[in-house]
Amino acid sequence: MSMSHNKIPVTVAEVVTLNPLIKRFRFVRRDGASLPAFSGGAHVVVEMDDHGTRRMNPYSLMSAPSDTTGYEISVRRDDVGRGGSLYLHQHVKVGDDLVISAPVNLFGLDLQAKKHLMLAGGIGITPFIAQMALLSAMAGRFELHYAARNPGLAAYADDLRARYGDRVQLYYDDQDQKIALAPLLAGQPLGTHLYVCGPKGMIDWVRRTATDMGWPQQCVHYEEFLAPPTGKPFQVELAASQKTITVGPDQSLLEAIEAAGVDAPYLCRGGACGQCETDVVSCDGHIQHHDHWLSDEEKATGHKIMPCVSRFEGRSLVLDR
Amino acid sequence: MPKTVFEPSIKSRPTYGVLEHRPGTAHLMVADAEGAQALLDLAHSAPPTLWTQAMIVYIPGRSGQQFTQALANLSPSQLHISPSYAAAQPRLHKILQTAHAGLQIYLAGTESLMGQAQAAAMAVGVPHRAVQMEHRGSLARRVQCVHCKGITENVTTDPFECSHCGLNLFVRDHYSRRIAAFQGVNIDAEDPGQVPPAVERFT
Repeated sequence: MSMSHNKIPVTVAEVVTLNPLIKRFRFVRRDGASLPAFSGGAHVVVEMDDHGTRRMNPYSLMSAPSDTTGYEISVRRDDVGRGGSLYLHQHVKVGDDLVISAPVNLFGLDLQAKKHLMLAGGIGITPFIAQMALLSAMAGRFELHYAARNPGLAAYADDLRARYGDRVQLYYDDQDQKIALAPLLAGQPLGTHLYVCGPKGMIDWVRRTATDMGWPQQCVHYEEFLAPPTGKPFQVELAASQKTITVGPDQSLLEAIEAAGVDAPYLCRGGACGQCETDVVSCDGHIQHHDHWLSDEEKATGHKIMPCVSRFEGRSLVLDR
Repeated sequence: MPKTVFEPSIKSRPTYGVLEHRPGTAHLMVADAEGAQALLDLAHSAPPTLWTQAMIVYIPGRSGQQFTQALANLSPSQLHISPSYAAAQPRLHKILQTAHAGLQIYLAGTESLMGQAQAAAMAVGVPHRAVQMEHRGSLARRVQCVHCKGITENVTTDPFECSHCGLNLFVRDHYSRRIAAFQGVNIDAEDPGQVPPAVERFT
């Protein structure tokens, strides 16, 4: 399935520096038309031409889902990452043209819930901003617990407090404040759904605690986009396309497949959605699985790979692509 | 292995598993008739602490009186014996409405009982797959007439006569989780009076 029909040409309408690490970007359609409506929790993939290297990073939409005049994302600068966020921070300015994907939601609200309990860590706040706008408009019951390193880095905290009052609770690491998770979960009414977005450690902690306390997995939602890890270069044979490609150290396997002109499916490009799942024809070596999609058993058999984040080390890898 | 084996059918037809102990802050168990045996079997594998946090609502019906003492011997924190599901409903709704997340729900017995209790849990926001169910005992069905919308309980034959509008209904495996009933469709709509003999299919 090609993703090319889902692309939207946009212009950067606004760039706002929120704090030393986070900038907000507003995109409007180049042709002036409305953007597609989306649901809270959706993300877009932003394409960048970083001095010859094509970068495609997913970012959660944080503007109100009812606003189709523009989309807003907030980007935290990652100084040790591969460069997508750095590129946006250092090079993208008002008036620049970019291409984004149509919105995709892998972190939607379950509207059968009686209450929505949201836990955000750092930049993980962004999908919740759109979700709260949605819930607030439909008089849904929600509560946000937002942890950040310090007040200076807690983007939008004051704004959200002002808008939603004590439905928003803030926690600052530098003041030794921590979400009292077990009592918080124990006090929720039956039918509450739990949503967590933040660093991996936080997501693992919340999921483990909820499971231990008897929360069904259908009530626990999480989103973590992985940046494709860097590594040693490796060669891959694409059997269906009859091509052999080399994946560079800073390149993902998916990016290398695309660079070779092969149209491969994808949605999130962060190991979460499962869209890019690819069959392994043969493998003489070790697949470095980095995704959240394949089960441990599937990873162990080595019959499948998620090229958006996973890499390979060994003699030969042949994919059905 | 489940004690009741159902013929493979369409996707709509519910299937049931075997109750297993799951961590939780409280445990609600609703059973009727032979469903008590599923709770007693659960007691073999579950830690004794389960019962100190367990509320059991039991509807013995005609075949379950023999199990009430065994259930009491489990020493659950609450054991409520009820003459019918309708009689137990206000209590069940109260429990569900005031419960906290972390409540585990275990249902055992007939499809009518489990389906209705599952729908009550869904109504307070519990995902249907989060409710454990184990079938025991009668295969009698709760069937909704698609024509008059009346629900007939304890349907054992196919076809059967709708207890509300009197139409002859063919019992389908098509099931509604929302109303906890199978679908009954008029079998002689095109040739009135041409009704095949009723077969005892759900005993």
